[in-house]
Amino acid sequence: MRELRIHGRGGQGSVTAAELIAVAAFEGGIFAQAFPAFGVERRGAPVQAFVRFDDKKIRKRSQVYEPDYIIVQDSTLIKDVNVFMGVKQGGIVIVNTEKKPDYKVPDGVKLITIDATSIALKAIGLPITNTSLMGAFAAATGEIQFSALEKALNNRFPKELAAKNIEAAKVAFNIVKEAA
Amino acid sequence: MMEITEGSHAIAEAVRLCRPQVISAYPITPQTHIVEALADFVANGQLDAEYITVENELSALSACIGASAAGSRTYSATTSQGLALMFEVCFNAAGMRMPIIMSIANRALGAPLSIWNDQQDSISLRDSGWLQFYAEDNQEATDLHLLAYKVAEDHSIQLPAFVCFDGFILSHTYEPVDMLTQEDVDKYLPKFNPLERLDAADPISFGMYATPEYYLEFRYEMDQAQKRAKDVIAKAGKEFGAMFGRDYSALIEGYRLEDADTAIVAMGSVCGTIKDSIDEMRTEGKKVGLLKIRVFRPFPGEEIAKMLSHVKRIAVLDKNISLGAKGATVMEVRDALYGSSIPVKGYVLGLGGRDVRKRDVKEIVALCEKGPGDQFYGLRKELI
Repeated sequence: MRELRIHGRGGQGSVTAAELIAVAAFEGGIFAQAFPAFGVERRGAPVQAFVRFDDKKIRKRSQVYEPDYIIVQDSTLIKDVNVFMGVKQGGIVIVNTEKKPDYKVPDGVKLITIDATSIALKAIGLPITNTSLMGAFAAATGEIQFSALEKALNNRFPKELAAKNIEAAKVAFNIVKEAA
Repeated sequence: MMEITEGSHAIAEAVRLCRPQVISAYPITPQTHIVEALADFVANGQLDAEYITVENELSALSACIGASAAGSRTYSATTSQGLALMFEVCFNAAGMRMPIIMSIANRALGAPLSIWNDQQDSISLRDSGWLQFYAEDNQEATDLHLLAYKVAEDHSIQLPAFVCFDGFILSHTYEPVDMLTQEDVDKYLPKFNPLERLDAADPISFGMYATPEYYLEFRYEMDQAQKRAKDVIAKAGKEFGAMFGRDYSALIEGYRLEDADTAIVAMGSVCGTIKDSIDEMRTEGKKVGLLKIRVFRPFPGEEIAKMLSHVKRIAVLDKNISLGAKGATVMEVRDALYGSSIPVKGYVLGLGGRDVRKRDVKEIVALCEKGPGDQFYGLRKELI
């Protein structure tokens, strides 16, 4: 079983990201489970959402404490929340930032930074970074196919909005693929 | 067909396929997504039902009683404080023998205010006469609604039923669920055929005044109906299995119990985490198994005693507490095992949404082996 923890702020679409990643993973033929850490649905408050991936039925219901993957939607969280807590050796951390990191991820963990905010502003016209980061996640981990992500976005959003979000995801996907 | 969707959505869809004719509910976290979806179904014509909007939960269930007495298949959903507000009406619905089905997205009761999961809400209504089903995952949460209607509406039962699933932990989780079709559900669940109903041409009354010469017998009849429900569940659960491949004929289920030294008894979504934990303990050579309670009312006491007759010790997990006594499940399991020398130890945990992890399950097994029981597990000592 592989586990993903998404850190964001209320309003950034972390829960939606978790749901759509699970939908895309299921589309790819594996079992997936997505759920939020509940109760802090205030705009701007730190939030978490989780996804599990496995080849067999997932029974575990506790929150994710030792993730294989972490997505940080807002790098200003890093000073307030221990976003890297429990990450596994060989894990992958994706941080949305335009800056060079002034923090360290644990040894043996791969850090990918991407300016998802700029990508989102350009493609969608809003600083909603979740879809760009989903594209980056697909490229970095291979847990979901880009085509499955595209389908999930098309099913979730009206046509025009879906197209913009797919564009944002595609740009981020290509950046991470090329850097790999 | 398998579909990945939110628990609340899967449940709303299953309820739609049961063709309720009257729905009355009041939104409350974490149940809201279900009644929102059903309101949409009614508004857009996907469900031919009367959706009665009301000012609170007491009115919601009261409206359901009226509709059920008039001969309609009825549905409601609530949780926590909403269910508490229905307390009086719950006893009336059962006493009038109305087969209303109500989804309970289990949540803690205030004060202090908590929107998070435990099972105190439905457990606190255990004496009301409602059948109580508890789901481990979203597949069960959806399927149990069909089973509940089938059992509740059986002319030998005629009692309302709660279908309980852990709030947020199941209601807000996306996972694959086998979604049934209308054709399937129609085959399993025929139209509601009330034994008696309000009819102006042939007037009768429900819920009348019972003097001391009559009241005792009413409660006796309800208790008899609860007991008969065991066989009706077995039959309806078997039929479900034959049609859809998932057999719900048993009120309890064992997991790796056959040769277990330590048995864990639990209810609801925590059973999944316990199963994963048991698999790990088994590879470490520990003989641990799970007894999952799917039906809490009627209480499967004899079935539990039989399934656990060979174990050395029993750890019962309760996501509820009868303050001043113990968790509801441990008291009933101990009662079921009365006269046996097997120690039954209770652990209250997970109240108000406190997360239960695999390592917690292992620690409880270790505690149970060493001796202490009848305690809260996972207390933060620095807060006490």
